[in-house]
Amino acid sequence: MKKLLRKDNIKNLSSYILVIVAFVVCQILIGAKAMPSMYQSLLIPVCVYIVMALSLNLTVGILGELSLGHAGFMSVGAFTGVAIALALKEVITATWLLLAVAMVCGAIMAAIFGVIIGIPVLRLKGDYLAIVTLAFGEIIKSLFTNLYMGIDPEGGFHIGLITKPEDLVEGSKMLINGSIGISGVQKISTFTAGFILIIISLIIIFNTVKSRTGRAIMAIRDNRIAAECVGINITKYKMTAFVLSAAIAGAAGALYSLNYSTISATKFDFNTSILILVFVVLGGQGNMIGSIIAAAVLTILPEALRQFADYRMLVYAIVLILIMLATNNPTLKMFFDKIKKAIRFKKKEEAKEDM
Amino acid sequence: MKKILALIIAVVMMVACFTACGGQAETEATAFKIGGTGPLTGPAAIYGNAVKNAAEIAVEEINAKGGIQLELKYEDDAHDAEKAVSAYNSLKDWGMQIFLGSVTSKPCEATVAEAANDNYFLLTPSASSTAVIKDNDVGFQMCFTDPNQGSASAQYISDKGLGKKIAVIYKSDDVYSTGVLETFKAKAAELKLQIVSETAFADGTDTDFTAQLKDAQDKGADLVFLPMYYTPAYLIISQANQMGYAPTWFGVDGMDGVLTIEGADTSLVEGVMLLTPFNADSTDEKTAAFVKKYQEKFGEVPNQFAADAYDCVYAIAQALENAKATYDMDNVKLLEVLKEQFTSMKFDGLTGDGMTWDTDGAVTKSPKGMIIKDAAYVGLD
Repeated sequence: MKKLLRKDNIKNLSSYILVIVAFVVCQILIGAKAMPSMYQSLLIPVCVYIVMALSLNLTVGILGELSLGHAGFMSVGAFTGVAIALALKEVITATWLLLAVAMVCGAIMAAIFGVIIGIPVLRLKGDYLAIVTLAFGEIIKSLFTNLYMGIDPEGGFHIGLITKPEDLVEGSKMLINGSIGISGVQKISTFTAGFILIIISLIIIFNTVKSRTGRAIMAIRDNRIAAECVGINITKYKMTAFVLSAAIAGAAGALYSLNYSTISATKFDFNTSILILVFVVLGGQGNMIGSIIAAAVLTILPEALRQFADYRMLVYAIVLILIMLATNNPTLKMFFDKIKKAIRFKKKEEAKEDM
Repeated sequence: MKKILALIIAVVMMVACFTACGGQAETEATAFKIGGTGPLTGPAAIYGNAVKNAAEIAVEEINAKGGIQLELKYEDDAHDAEKAVSAYNSLKDWGMQIFLGSVTSKPCEATVAEAANDNYFLLTPSASSTAVIKDNDVGFQMCFTDPNQGSASAQYISDKGLGKKIAVIYKSDDVYSTGVLETFKAKAAELKLQIVSETAFADGTDTDFTAQLKDAQDKGADLVFLPMYYTPAYLIISQANQMGYAPTWFGVDGMDGVLTIEGADTSLVEGVMLLTPFNADSTDEKTAAFVKKYQEKFGEVPNQFAADAYDCVYAIAQALENAKATYDMDNVKLLEVLKEQFTSMKFDGLTGDGMTWDTDGAVTKSPKGMIIKDAAYVGLD
């Protein structure tokens, strides 16, 4: 019991509870038809961005390396997921299963890209690593804007770069159409799937952090030289965290793309990577519950500000600055620390009384 | 402790926005609610705002006539499919009955799927991709589809014998540009037009075109086809001028607007040809009145996007009047009557006379060939 109530366990538990409570509340609101359709349409993107923030937090917060190309992995997952879903549409008729398969494939493909990118990138550190991840994000974007993939009536795949594959026979269907991206996607993402993905991501991340691997990763973050001296295999653990982060982002990407009838590579540009980084920084590096809240709030905020019409993005920017300032204000921090101490003190008193 | 504060802020904001949206009073409907999404901010804002402004003018005019009354609301989608879907949903919450779709192609592909799901009638002024009307029963277009433009351009070049050796420069990461190119190439092959050079550029490499132009020049192209929007097109033309390369330039409707670039040297674009359904300098009574009104109100010459939007509102109004639709009809009923009207009626607008729509939702109207002469668009032939 004592072990279960350890500080970090309570923190982790509160993340699960927050997500579950939010899910239940949303479901009740939908059931009671009390939720405007705009907010309903935001539920899946919110889930996606939460998972993206969580996965990036693994790289930025736990591994301690700044990645500026995280949307690239989302893109890989998105394209793989949609292509798989379109290709298997006739084979798997249960949409939930199709979605699950698409998400798993998206995650696997993103993990493969994570390995490919990780090998050169993780030799670097700090600013250099950040710049190279940025470049890789752009490479992935450019790759997908020039990728053509068709499927012929017999189920064979044809892939072309820059131009359409020439061996495409009559009657075949284009899955990925260069800069046009993918159109005519069947919308199969559900809020429940998003919720399950968040919970799975949380379980993976919390358990990784608590494990031997997680401790090694954090040791590398805190002091690379010391960690190396102790005999920790730096490359292996860095790679583990990086690939894990990429895989989760890939699953989120698949969920995202299957929520819209159309997807193009330009969506997953530098701006999206930065947006996700903003969620992580705002929520606090290494702080998972913070990422969840930040991602949810900052995804809903610009839409909720629609009543300001032309000034919407201005108001959004101002709110963002204010939140950043407020969360880093020493006076406010001290104020909350005091409250925290008071609560703790009270608890101790109660504990004494109980004895 | 950040998280507690963040939580508090989050809760406050959530509560604020939910209360702001709730509590819509049910009142007697006195107008048809028409909604649309478009890029009112961001790099594509010029198109979104043109559409919004022109639609507003049309709604004002129709309301002033005293017949059927319309209410218009435009939401910003920043040329992004994800934002377009939430913009569409916020319009749904507002009580929209008829949907003007999205201004740009990719967002419109996303919103048309939503509209098909919810049974809203959709008439987009300018989203030209075929996916907007294909595979659904609700989407209609006021503009040409991309393929239509490409093949019409090839046909026109071939008919008029404008060029023997053709070069194409296109934007490889743009749906519009590649869409037009594809059908242009197909039609050109059919008509035995010779394409000698085909070069591309993308976002981020859209400032220096010397390599592409050199290729075209070296291969002796006497006509360069530019399926793109006017900003890069203007750069291409001015850089070719510096190189001393002067082929015939041929553009599509995205080229419309090249004369309104601030600080542009209009002498450079002299002789540029383009296919567009709308001519702001037309002496046609309706067009002249619209251009004058638009200029008075917004201080600029309306482009083809604006004209298409203006036509959209009038076409919807005409269909509603023909069908004797009433304000209390819901979107499903309106979809039914409007679809019936649109597939059977003829519409005369700024962008063409006697327009008709097929069951897919594609419009039939003839593009006009234009040439830039003395810093103005002049109709060819």
